[in-house]
Amino acid sequence: MKRQIPLLLVLVFGIFMIFQYFVPHESSEWIYEFFLDWIYIIGIFALALGIWSLIRVSYDKIKYKKPNWQYAVITLAGLFAMILFGFDYGRHFFSAEGLSNYMFRAFFDYILIPIQATMFSLLAFFIASAAYRAFRARSLLATLLLVSALVVMLRFNPYFGPIGPYLEQTASWLLNVPNLAAKRAIIIGIGLGMVATALKVILGIERAYLGKD
Amino acid sequence: MTGWIPRIIAISGSDIGIIISLVVIGGGLAWLLKQSIKAGDVDRRIVFLFIFISVSVPILFPITFSETATPIVKKLYDRIENLPEGSAVLISFDFDPAMAPEVQPMADAFARHCLAKNHKVIFMSLWATGQSLLSTTLQNVVRPEFPEKIEGVDFANLGYKAGNEGVLNVIVTNFRKMFPTDVNSIPLDSIAVFKKIRSCQDLDLIISIGGGKPGAKEWILFVGDPANVPMGCGVAAVTAPQLYPYYPKQLLGILGGIKGAAEYESELVRHYDRFADVKKPGLRMMGPQTLAHVVIMAFIVLGNISYFVTRRRGKKP
Repeated sequence: MKRQIPLLLVLVFGIFMIFQYFVPHESSEWIYEFFLDWIYIIGIFALALGIWSLIRVSYDKIKYKKPNWQYAVITLAGLFAMILFGFDYGRHFFSAEGLSNYMFRAFFDYILIPIQATMFSLLAFFIASAAYRAFRARSLLATLLLVSALVVMLRFNPYFGPIGPYLEQTASWLLNVPNLAAKRAIIIGIGLGMVATALKVILGIERAYLGKD
Repeated sequence: MTGWIPRIIAISGSDIGIIISLVVIGGGLAWLLKQSIKAGDVDRRIVFLFIFISVSVPILFPITFSETATPIVKKLYDRIENLPEGSAVLISFDFDPAMAPEVQPMADAFARHCLAKNHKVIFMSLWATGQSLLSTTLQNVVRPEFPEKIEGVDFANLGYKAGNEGVLNVIVTNFRKMFPTDVNSIPLDSIAVFKKIRSCQDLDLIISIGGGKPGAKEWILFVGDPANVPMGCGVAAVTAPQLYPYYPKQLLGILGGIKGAAEYESELVRHYDRFADVKKPGLRMMGPQTLAHVVIMAFIVLGNISYFVTRRRGKKP
């Protein structure tokens, strides 16, 4: 019974969601929106559960002085501080005015943005190192990849004056023809794979989401 | 001879940047070429050092280039330019701070262009962190550069709504069901911008700015295609090739990475004198990016020289 009910729910709602997509009627739309509200409700509970889990894990780390427990203090401090600032010290619970709170903006603009941008920009260093090691003309295909990469990168370079337009045309051809063909094939492949997986889940063949118990 | 000294004194920051880059990077790469021929692979810390120099020098001594819009950018620019005054344009901020340095310049440029053309602009976000970045554009671009534009009359801010594709699936037929109010809790029925707009089908153009999920692809699948609304997008460079299959039918144009932002900014400056003095982060960031690309290409060449030299000597590369 513990497994049959979830399987039945997935079957019923899965089939309904497929059909509603093809039924452009108000009642179908109403039911769809009703279910969408449920997604928000479930999402809010998941969020609450996530915050509780984060607090518990961090608290245990601090209590038992586990390795790097100091980071858990910063995590909890950041979490509670942003909640406090986001609600404008409790003055605005039901509107977005807290987002204009000076401290909330300062933490967002001067801590979150630089941290995330730094993490993302580290990619440049690893891409350079990886390109140096991986782009070797070991075979015909590797050489084609190497030449294509160089042409697409050279297109960005404004130093190439007279040959610039030719580079631009070649790079556009590479992006619009071989890249497009490969991407379309991948997109169609992924689409078919998603349909197959969704059918397996709806029909109860794929049950990994139920867990082991 | 007399003009020599003033010429030296009048040297610009950009010239200093180019000279330092040429000397440090060019000299360093020449030394590395010699080393590669002699001893093989270069330590990756040296690669990192060169990338650091190639990015930091043009930031300290700004190197800027003139850009010309490529067709994929120009088409989107032309669409906004040729829409009749008062057209409804939706700009969705679907990104987080990690992507912001790359795509926020596009958001600013789109906002500038649409407001300069007197279009009615609707700002929204499908990403939780997008709302604060949207506020940044309003604070840094819309309010100081267009003080005459009134919120609610000339533009509206719907803010963030959770639900990803679910949000799109609803607003494609009805905005008010998903956004009963704007970000300031004002009912949509009281907002002038929404007087004639019931759903996404009433929009003249949708622009999604981002690079993740939900993003431009989801906008095409759930709104652009089903409702037949023209769409454009500005995305991070890594995402741009994935969106090429949708161009030019489902996407009028794509701004890919800093290059796309720089091309759009240069097009704006070319046509609007009022934007000549505003900050142009896209154009400014092209300097470090171009130099870093040159260094990466040089390392690819060095890597291949080292590979062939090692192979010729009979060693296993």
